[in-house]
Amino acid sequence: MAETLFDRIWNEHVVADLKDGFALLHVDRHLMHDGGGQNLLMLRKRGYQVRNPELTFATADHTISTTPGRADTNANGVRCLNDLRAETKDRNIRLFDIGDPGQGIVHVIGPEQGLSLPGALIVCGDSHTCTHGAMGALAFGIGATECLHVAATQTLVQRRPKTMRVNFAGIAPQGITAKDMILHVIGQLGTAGGSGYAVEYAGAAIRALEIEGRLTLCNLSIELGAKIGMIAPDDKTYAYLHGRPLAPKGALWDQALAYWRTLPTDAEAVFDREITLDVSAIAPQITWGTSPEHVIGIDERIPDPAGVADASRRRAMQAALAYMDLRAGEPIKGTKIDWVFIGSCTNSRLSDLRAAAGVVRGHKVAAHVHAWVVPGSETVKREAEAEGLDRIFLDAGFEWRDPGCSMCLAANGETVPRGQRSVSTSNRNFVGRQGPGARTHLASPAMAAAAALAGSIADVRQPGAK
Amino acid sequence: MEKFTRLCAIAVPPWRENVDTDALVRVERLFGAVPRNELGPYCFESWRYLPDRSENPDFILNQPPYREAQILLAGANFGCGSSREGAVWALAGQGIRCVIAPSFGDIFRNNCFQNGLLPVEMDFARIEAIARQVEADPAANRITVDLTQNAVIAPDGSRTAFRIPELRREALLEGLDEIELTLKREAQIAAFQARDAVRRPWIYQQ
Ligand code: SF4
Repeated sequence: MAETLFDRIWNEHVVADLKDGFALLHVDRHLMHDGGGQNLLMLRKRGYQVRNPELTFATADHTISTTPGRADTNANGVRCLNDLRAETKDRNIRLFDIGDPGQGIVHVIGPEQGLSLPGALIVCGDSHTCTHGAMGALAFGIGATECLHVAATQTLVQRRPKTMRVNFAGIAPQGITAKDMILHVIGQLGTAGGSGYAVEYAGAAIRALEIEGRLTLCNLSIELGAKIGMIAPDDKTYAYLHGRPLAPKGALWDQALAYWRTLPTDAEAVFDREITLDVSAIAPQITWGTSPEHVIGIDERIPDPAGVADASRRRAMQAALAYMDLRAGEPIKGTKIDWVFIGSCTNSRLSDLRAAAGVVRGHKVAAHVHAWVVPGSETVKREAEAEGLDRIFLDAGFEWRDPGCSMCLAANGETVPRGQRSVSTSNRNFVGRQGPGARTHLASPAMAAAAALAGSIADVRQPGAK
Repeated sequence: MEKFTRLCAIAVPPWRENVDTDALVRVERLFGAVPRNELGPYCFESWRYLPDRSENPDFILNQPPYREAQILLAGANFGCGSSREGAVWALAGQGIRCVIAPSFGDIFRNNCFQNGLLPVEMDFARIEAIARQVEADPAANRITVDLTQNAVIAPDGSRTAFRIPELRREALLEGLDEIELTLKREAQIAAFQARDAVRRPWIYQQ
C-alpha cells in the first residue's frame, strides 16, 4: 500500500498498538535542554531509572546567559545548569556543556552533530522539536511528564495525527527565504491550520532549499499548529549529514543510507489534507501582531479588524494592535524600532548569519537601535568567526554573543524592555514573549539586519533600505 | 494523577482565540523558579497584573465571581505555542479543571491529560451560546461537565455530547499513571529494541 514518509516512520516505531488510534512508540533520540535537570530530578524522586541513557543527549541553551563569558547567568540559570550537569553525569547521559563545540540550541545541535537522522523518532521537551523533521525524521515536542515517560521507558504514548501535505509551487523570488515561505503559509492557513496534523512540506521550492533553510521552515510548523513538520530526505540531506560527529560511519553509513532512500512518500500516497501555495509572488514577510498568523508582506498595510466577521478573531486583532501600538491601515514599513535580535532555533545557523552579514557589511546600526547576534551553537560561532562574520557585525555596532536561546524567550533577563519594539528572527511574537510589554516583529535575518541599519522596519529588497 | 469524573462549576466566557502557553505562564516562573504546585498566582500573569504588579481589574479572572471559576470557555487553538507543562500546572493552581474550546494546541492537550485536566472540544457557536447563559448570572449559571456521560450540561439544562479517546477517558476517570502502565510492557519494549537493533543498527551505535 502506498505510504507517506510520516506513515512509514510511525509504523516502524510502534511497540504496541493501544487502540483508538493510540500507539506506544519507540523513541530513538531523547534530547534535553537545561530544563532536563529538573526532569531528571523529578524522575529520581519517583524512583525511576533512565532506561537508555545512550539514546539521550543534553545541552544547555534556555536559561544560560549569552553575554560573552556568561558570567551573569542568574541564580536560577546556574541552578538549572548545575542540576543538568550532576544528573547527566550520574546517569551517563552525554552532555554538550558550555565551551564544547556541540553546545548550542538543542534544535541547532541535533542536525549539526549528526544526531537527528532520517527515519528517526526524536522527542524533546520543547515545542520546536519539529525542526528536526527537516532531516526526514519524525520529531515533536512533548511536555515534562511525557519526558519522564520517555526517560523511564524509552517509549511514548501518542495518538496518530492526521496527515497533511503543503506543496510549494513556483520558485521563490530572489531574496525570499525559508522564513518568508513558512510565515506566508501561517498567514494563509492560520496558527491552527496544521492543528492535529503531521505536515509534510513538498514541491520544487522545498527541494531547492538547502538543509539549513529546511530546518528554518520545519521549525515554524508549531506556529502553524502542527507539532510535526517534515521534509523527505534527499541527496542534500545525506551530503549534509555525511561526516558529522555522531552520524553513522563506514559500513553503518552505507546501510543507513540504503534505508533512508526508502523513506520518501510514495507517488500514490494520499494525505488527509493537501494544500498548494504559490511562492513565486511573495514579498519578504513581517508580523504586525501578537500571533505568528498576524503576518503581512513588507509592502502591505496593517490590516483592519473592522473588516473581520469572526468576533473572536476580530477581538484578538484589536487587542494585538493595542498591544503593539499600531494603527490599522498604515504601512508597516517605516515603523520605528528599538531592538534587533538575530538568533534562535529558527534563524541562527551559519547561512542565516551570512545572509544578515551580507546586508550589514560596511554599514552602521542606527544610533538608537540595540542589535544582537546570538549564534545558534558553539560550532556556528566558531565557523562564523573563522570567516570574519563577527567582525562585520561588531564593526556595524551589533553585539556578538555566546550561543543560546537568549532573547527568543527572554529567560535569564535577556529581554526587550517594556514598550520597546524589536525585529526578531525568532518564531514567537506572543504578548510578553521577549519580555513583559515587549513588542515583537518576526522576520528573516536579512530583514532584521535591514531594520537594524534603518532604525525602522525596512524592505531589504530596496536599495537605501539600509 | 487526580481523577476527573463530574464537575459542576462557575465558567469563564472566552475572551480571545489563540491563547498561547506563554500567556498561561511566563518563562521567569519556569525552570524550577517557582515550584509547580505554586504556579496558580502566575496564571495569565501578563494579562492579570498591571506593570506595578497590582491586579488588572479589567482582566476577567480578577472579577468576582469568575475568580472562583473551575471551567474555562475558550476560543480556538487554546494552549498553542510552547510545550511548557507549567501552563497546565498554572491553570490547575488557579483552580481550573476543564477547558472547553473548539481546538487545542496538540502538546498542551497531551499535557492536560497528564495532569487530570479535561480538554473538551466543542463547536465555537455552541460555546458562545453557553457563554451568553453564563454571563447573565455567572455565579448561579453553572456548567456541568460529566465525563461519565461524555456530556456538557449548560445552565439551561441543554446537553452537548463531546468525544474523547477512550484511552484518555479511562485514565482520567481512574486517575491512571501512564508511566506505571508502560513499565509493565518492559518485555515488549526490550523485544522491539532487539529486533530494531538488527534492522537499524546505526540508531543504537554511535
Ligand atoms: S531558541 Fe527560542 S524557540 Fe528555540 S528552543 Fe530556544 S527558546 Fe525555544
